[in-house]
Amino acid sequence: MNDEQYSKIVNNYAPSSPLFTDMLKAFFAGGILCLLGEFFRSFLISADFSVTTASTWVSIMVIIIAQILSGFGIYEKAAKYAGAGFSVPISGFANSVVSPAIEYHTEGLILGLGAKLFTIAGPVIVYGITSSVAAGIIYYIGGLLK
Amino acid sequence: MTKKTGKQTIIFNNPPHILSYVAVGGKEEAKGPLGKHFDTIFPDPYLGEASWEKAECKLQYSAVKTLLEKSNYLPQDIDIMFGGDLINQCTSSYFAARDLQIPLYGIYGACSTMAEALHLGCMAIEGDFAENIIAVTSSHFCSSEKQFRFPLEYGGQRPPTSQWTVTASGAVLVTKETGDIIIDKITTGKIVDKGITDANNMGAAMAPAAADTIKTHFEDTKLDYDYYDLIVTGDLGKLGKTLLDRLLKEEGIDLSERLDDCGCMIYNIDKQDKHCGGSGCGCSASVLASYILPMVKEEKFKKVLFVPTGALMSPLTCKQGESIAGVAHAVSITKREEN
Repeated sequence: MNDEQYSKIVNNYAPSSPLFTDMLKAFFAGGILCLLGEFFRSFLISADFSVTTASTWVSIMVIIIAQILSGFGIYEKAAKYAGAGFSVPISGFANSVVSPAIEYHTEGLILGLGAKLFTIAGPVIVYGITSSVAAGIIYYIGGLLK
Repeated sequence: MTKKTGKQTIIFNNPPHILSYVAVGGKEEAKGPLGKHFDTIFPDPYLGEASWEKAECKLQYSAVKTLLEKSNYLPQDIDIMFGGDLINQCTSSYFAARDLQIPLYGIYGACSTMAEALHLGCMAIEGDFAENIIAVTSSHFCSSEKQFRFPLEYGGQRPPTSQWTVTASGAVLVTKETGDIIIDKITTGKIVDKGITDANNMGAAMAPAAADTIKTHFEDTKLDYDYYDLIVTGDLGKLGKTLLDRLLKEEGIDLSERLDDCGCMIYNIDKQDKHCGGSGCGCSASVLASYILPMVKEEKFKKVLFVPTGALMSPLTCKQGESIAGVAHAVSITKREEN
């Protein structure tokens, strides 16, 4: 049996992820998270915060809550069920920074925590900034052509 | 008389005896079907230590310590210890042996390490280089996750083909003295690589190696396929076990009724949400010590072929796109016949 034939057999037998239920869970979990954020934002706006300030506070609150929940190992359990619903929002980003901080603190503050802090979030930052620069250049050139 | 038989098998003239065995494990392993057979359960994943790595050392240390106590042996009675684990540079095994003062070889064969340790130990005994040896391996879920995958608190999802690294250690004392169980044959496995690159599907990467070693064992020994009461692979998991059965059938070997897998035996897979089952070199070692050897002793199984399998790779080679090399070594374990 060659590698290709074997690979086909493996694919036949391998259990696949339940894509539909996974997407459904992600949709509702992510949706609930955003809904809570919206409630909080509306509350702040009603308490005379400007829209920008209220939005910033919502992001800060979501990050803080996600960090605390990560510290207690609760975020990880919830994210296991919520999937993309909890990993794509900013709370997932917070979790991806807190989790290496907890895991690598045993190797010290510099070579452990400091060096490993962005092992998961690092690529998101690198390619996020790179693509935003690219988008900025396209936007600038578009403006010149007007 | 030459001891080598066929291509890869050694039949011992004076088979080494298994005198005693110990399995220690964590909370998840205690919840599994074999939990009640473990000698010690550590509910605290840290085992009172400051890091996961230290916890694994303690796991292995306690397995050896309990084994010595159980068999009334002192560390100086042991000629050589063969120890292995999954952590870089085998630190769990080497550090665990710091306080034991037993001559030690640290070995690595991923999840097949227990077979490797038993092979080397038995050959040392058969060759008159040692009277008493200890084979010991360990793995810890948390130290393995940290080294091979993501930080524990990271909220990700595991694919359905993934396996759960067992937090356990198994130790076996093999001697020239008379025990109830003997190791009469071993078959050393070749590297078999079928191009699987997915580190979350190690069962698929290892199944071809297990099939190759089992087939070679029967070819070399010319035994009938129904010779063994149980053929138990290391930790192929649910998927790997199915694939092994299929691969063997393609070769005209039907062992379905006799096949089992340590990765499937150690957990209530669905209830404990372990996807494809257990893995790690503490898995086959602890299943051997907690279930297989006691069953052979009680003659529930008279002849068992124990075939731990290893997925050889590192996080680095996986990221470089290298395929995972599989290996499997076979150990024939039988109840000693009264003379």
